[in-house]
Amino acid sequence: MFSYAARRLASAVPTILVVITIAFFMIRLAPGGPFDQERQVPPEVAANLERAYHLDEPLTAQFVRYLGNVLTGEFGPSFRYRDFSVSELLADGFPISMQLGVSAMILAIVIGFSAGSLAALRRNTASDMAVMGVAMTGIAVPNFVVAPIMTLVLGVWFALLPVGGWGGINHAILPVLALALPQIATIARLTRGSMLEVLRADFIRTARAKGLSEYATVTGHAMRAAALPVLSYLGPATAGIITGSVVIEQIFGIPGIGRYFVQGALNRDYTLVMGVVIFYAVLIILLNLIVDLLYPLFDPRVRHD
Amino acid sequence: MTDLTLAPPRSPWRDATTRLRRNRAAVASAVILGMIALACVFGPMLSGYELDAIDWEKIQTPPDADHWFGTDGNGRDLLVRVLTGGRISLALGIAATLVAVAIGVTWGALAGYLGGTIDALLMRIVDVLYALPFMFFVILLMVFFGRDPVLMFVALGAVSWLDMARIVRGQTLSLKRQDFVRAAQAMGAPTRQVVMRHIVPNLMGPVVVFATLTVPQVILFESFLSFLGLGVQEPMTSWGVLISEGAETMQASPWMLVFPTLFLATTLFCLNFIGDGLRDALDPRDH
Repeated sequence: MFSYAARRLASAVPTILVVITIAFFMIRLAPGGPFDQERQVPPEVAANLERAYHLDEPLTAQFVRYLGNVLTGEFGPSFRYRDFSVSELLADGFPISMQLGVSAMILAIVIGFSAGSLAALRRNTASDMAVMGVAMTGIAVPNFVVAPIMTLVLGVWFALLPVGGWGGINHAILPVLALALPQIATIARLTRGSMLEVLRADFIRTARAKGLSEYATVTGHAMRAAALPVLSYLGPATAGIITGSVVIEQIFGIPGIGRYFVQGALNRDYTLVMGVVIFYAVLIILLNLIVDLLYPLFDPRVRHD
Repeated sequence: MTDLTLAPPRSPWRDATTRLRRNRAAVASAVILGMIALACVFGPMLSGYELDAIDWEKIQTPPDADHWFGTDGNGRDLLVRVLTGGRISLALGIAATLVAVAIGVTWGALAGYLGGTIDALLMRIVDVLYALPFMFFVILLMVFFGRDPVLMFVALGAVSWLDMARIVRGQTLSLKRQDFVRAAQAMGAPTRQVVMRHIVPNLMGPVVVFATLTVPQVILFESFLSFLGLGVQEPMTSWGVLISEGAETMQASPWMLVFPTLFLATTLFCLNFIGDGLRDALDPRDH
């Protein structure tokens, strides 16, 4: 188990290196430098600026420096938010993004799994069709459409909830819901499919044959097996929620990392954008690792030794 | 004495077509999607309005007899804009999917067929790429290298081929052990010919299914980018751009949000139903 975790961590290193390398060379290849401004600066000042940011060194030296900095958690100064370093901005936004993302994830798993199981157990009934219809809508209607409509109906017409900003629980309801919807839909579809398959399996027949009640069969045997595909979907789901948070934070004006990312992208704040990409890549890799380590708890056939 | 009459022989493809025709959701989706596509291709020419023509009498007015979908904040006919936007969204979806299919099929077939170290290396690369937050890289590309439609479909295609490579590799592994492939190898066919003549044609089923399900994903990605202001640029438009504009003025002019959303959602619905239908039709087990 520990050696497996160590091996997986070791194999994550090249991936992270690839991310940092791509990120670094993309900054370099991008047309236009960070200090191209409307106002022309004298050549001496430009040279000083370049020296201050080590832009005058050979590319390999710069790369090694960048790598070293990133490994110590230092992503450099933001090009736009002049008095802040990228790390400060990340530290500022991450707790908010995390609250948003974790709440959406929990909501998606709980609702998606229950709805999918229900649909499978009541196959071809009205409740099955209702769940699957809603799930299909959740997949076909993007959340950047759902979010403004929910805001309009619940926030403006009925004035039940605030339409933007970040503060108490009230502020979180709409964004969390909008962020969770596509994941609820996908998890529900996934659960329904795997639950239908599991219900036909031999061990379920055995459970029924030995006289277990339907409730005990489903909760004690079927659910654990049906959860496996959902568990392996958690990695992509996390990536989906992180990507979704970019647009949701923008719509609701939430000061999280996603909003910094979009603002940074639009402002060509290269270091900020890179910092976000590397930060999230590492986060996704670590979460995938955790999911893989959890797998044997649900599926005894899988062992990490 | 009774004559033994045999049913005419049926190929697997004909079987699949019959099954697909019986799937009402898939057939209805195909018809609706066909109508949307035709409308997007020919509609703008027939409407009598230009994409960027401004009707000064009617700025941001609701639908009426002249402008069936109303007008936008610049007095431009929304019907033409929705249909032209559809052209872009559909074209990008299809083009990016073709890129993804080309890379994914080649990659997966090579890995599966050649096996060994090459397989391990190729699939390891796929694993590494899998772990990356792809949308962020597409966004970076768009930021750094300009919002060029060609770059956009190449980028979207380049991030969508991973699943395809995995599916194709799995299929190739099982095809490789079949007798007709062995026969070809035994007769001395070169690797290239075995892959192109015997392996790739037999992969078409899963590839078609997966491509159908990739198109809606790419369309969604494109509208996501455009919504953030990083996709298609004025005066060109796409469903994502129109939805973004509509969302901003949703209270004053709901039609600007409703019509593009309707087209986008219907298209995504139809593509998903067709993809599911194709999968059921081509995979007769269990249905």
